Amino acid sequence: MSSGKTIRVLAQILAVLLAMVYLVPIYMTLITSLKAPAEINVMTAWALPSKAHWASYGVAWERFAPNLQNSFVLAISATLLSAIMGSLNGYVLSKYRIPGGKVALPLIVFGMFIPYQSVLVPLFRFMQQTRLYGGLPGLILVHVVYGLPITTLLFRSFYQEIPDELVDASSIDGAGFWGIFRHLILPLSGPPFLVVCIWQFTQIWNEFLFAVTLTKPSSQPITVALANLAGGQAVSWNLPMAGSVLAALPTTIVYVLLGRYFVRGLLAGALKG
Amino acid sequence: MHTRREHLAAIVTILPSIILLGIFVYGFIANSIYMSTTDWGQTAAMSLDPQIESVGLDNYRDLFTGFLNVRFRQDLVNMFFFTLLFVGLSLLVGLVLATIIDQLFWGETFFRTVFLYPMSLSMVVTGTIWRWILQPRGGINVLPTLIGLPPGKFLWLSSRDQRLVFDWSHLLHYACWVLLVVLAISAYSQWRQGKKGRLAWHLVICGVLAGLIASRVLTRLRLLPYPEMHGFNDALWGVVIAAVWQMSGYTMALYLAGLRTIPRELREAARVDGGSELQIYRYVDLPLLKPITASAIVILGHIALKIFDLIFAISSPDHYPTSMPAVTMFLKAFRGNELAVGSAIGVILFFIVSLLIVPYLIVSFRREE
Repeated sequence: MSSGKTIRVLAQILAVLLAMVYLVPIYMTLITSLKAPAEINVMTAWALPSKAHWASYGVAWERFAPNLQNSFVLAISATLLSAIMGSLNGYVLSKYRIPGGKVALPLIVFGMFIPYQSVLVPLFRFMQQTRLYGGLPGLILVHVVYGLPITTLLFRSFYQEIPDELVDASSIDGAGFWGIFRHLILPLSGPPFLVVCIWQFTQIWNEFLFAVTLTKPSSQPITVALANLAGGQAVSWNLPMAGSVLAALPTTIVYVLLGRYFVRGLLAGALKG
Repeated sequence: MHTRREHLAAIVTILPSIILLGIFVYGFIANSIYMSTTDWGQTAAMSLDPQIESVGLDNYRDLFTGFLNVRFRQDLVNMFFFTLLFVGLSLLVGLVLATIIDQLFWGETFFRTVFLYPMSLSMVVTGTIWRWILQPRGGINVLPTLIGLPPGKFLWLSSRDQRLVFDWSHLLHYACWVLLVVLAISAYSQWRQGKKGRLAWHLVICGVLAGLIASRVLTRLRLLPYPEMHGFNDALWGVVIAAVWQMSGYTMALYLAGLRTIPRELREAARVDGGSELQIYRYVDLPLLKPITASAIVILGHIALKIFDLIFAISSPDHYPTSMPAVTMFLKAFRGNELAVGSAIGVILFFIVSLLIVPYLIVSFRREE
């Protein structure tokens, strides 16, 4: 066997071992969520449940259903709004020379890197003063605004690849700002919309800091409810684990079905230029 | 090209976003900076028309040297070590994973999906899961008993042990050490690349720093009137493991994309010249991955510096050994109503993260033009 082949066999074995290590937390979560509370014991933590005990999922569902609903309303509306605005911004920044356009993009993009702790107190005050504090509309607004940098950046890099000549040609044919957007840009926007929506949905669904500081209990998304449950000391572990599965399910489904687009969103942030 | 009318339409279209971000990012940061120089807190925080007085930089001075803010200083130390370990290990693990996947006979998509999967989870979910696995007498620690060994004793999240303990009042002295190490590494790479001019400057500054350290003059400049010990908390290992599990798939994806852009001919040429697989990896692949490492450090670094949700879920915001500035900010501002102090911590975080992000953005956008 050549050295190249030995290396590849070794890599194959290592990959299997590492995949097992990476799946350990998933295994532990699933088996613990299926155990009866009495069966959960540190010494048998690694053993499969003697009998699948689905009741924890029923309890978790009952407890988390309102929060899951909040998360869906929040994530879907904030995703769509930030994607639509990002698409328009990306169109303007890639196809029009507007005054200050050169500095606008870095200044917009900077907004996605700031630690949100540095805006949290004024944001909290602002939400109180505008009576948006506590409810979902306020949280949606916050996620739309702080989502704009990444959606604008992603759409702009996609639209930059549409040749300017096409835009000029439409322009000569008499299409205006909106005409070009509707008949040229929008029909080409399928893949970027998918990438941006998957990215935003995952981020917003998983977000915690804004959710925990800006919502009242009735509007809390699933991440806050899960953290509150798991933070309590008295609960046995089957419930937090079942709750984790419920909280992870939507993003998992998106990831498994559309993983390719998820990775593209992931790479676009760091590999541009 | 475009008519005036269209330009106007373009400006009107983007204006709402510009205004929103102007207020929510720049306006609010400015407001935080202003608030951090006041005594806004406690009862005044709740009143509609609070009596706020300016206190200058007192909040900052208190955070760095005040008797009551010892927790914040340990937070900074935790953040430093966590960032170092998390970024370093994520890069290393991600590189190993990408290298392995690049060599596979079969199952590439499957393995990529498995390693990247934790990225799609919430840090709250990750924290909850690992909190269970890292229980003092459960999960990882019972693993050795499965093959007949005594159970592990390490307290992954709750250990109170500290290593690398140092006196905070000598902070500047140790800061010089850190700077010296960074500059020495940078000088070494300048020397490797044969950039003589820059190397000279690096060596001069290194010399000055070494002199400062050797003379111990900075240890006499005491920040605190009493010794206050801080160090690396062993309890951070649990957080680091969970965070690396979550984010190493990201570096893997970056490196894998990088490896795939290396032209086949380049490797072939190296092979024809008699290079072994290991040499090709070392001298062809690795150097070409350097720019990816640079952006990965920035992206992971800024995630590490503002880590909040993972800490919240994996231990508890009140758990001292794993606390971070972002967590203490939340407690101060939203549980203790010390809004001015909370703002000050937020502003400190903002400046630390900006040190990392601003050069990155400048370089990225310059390259684009």
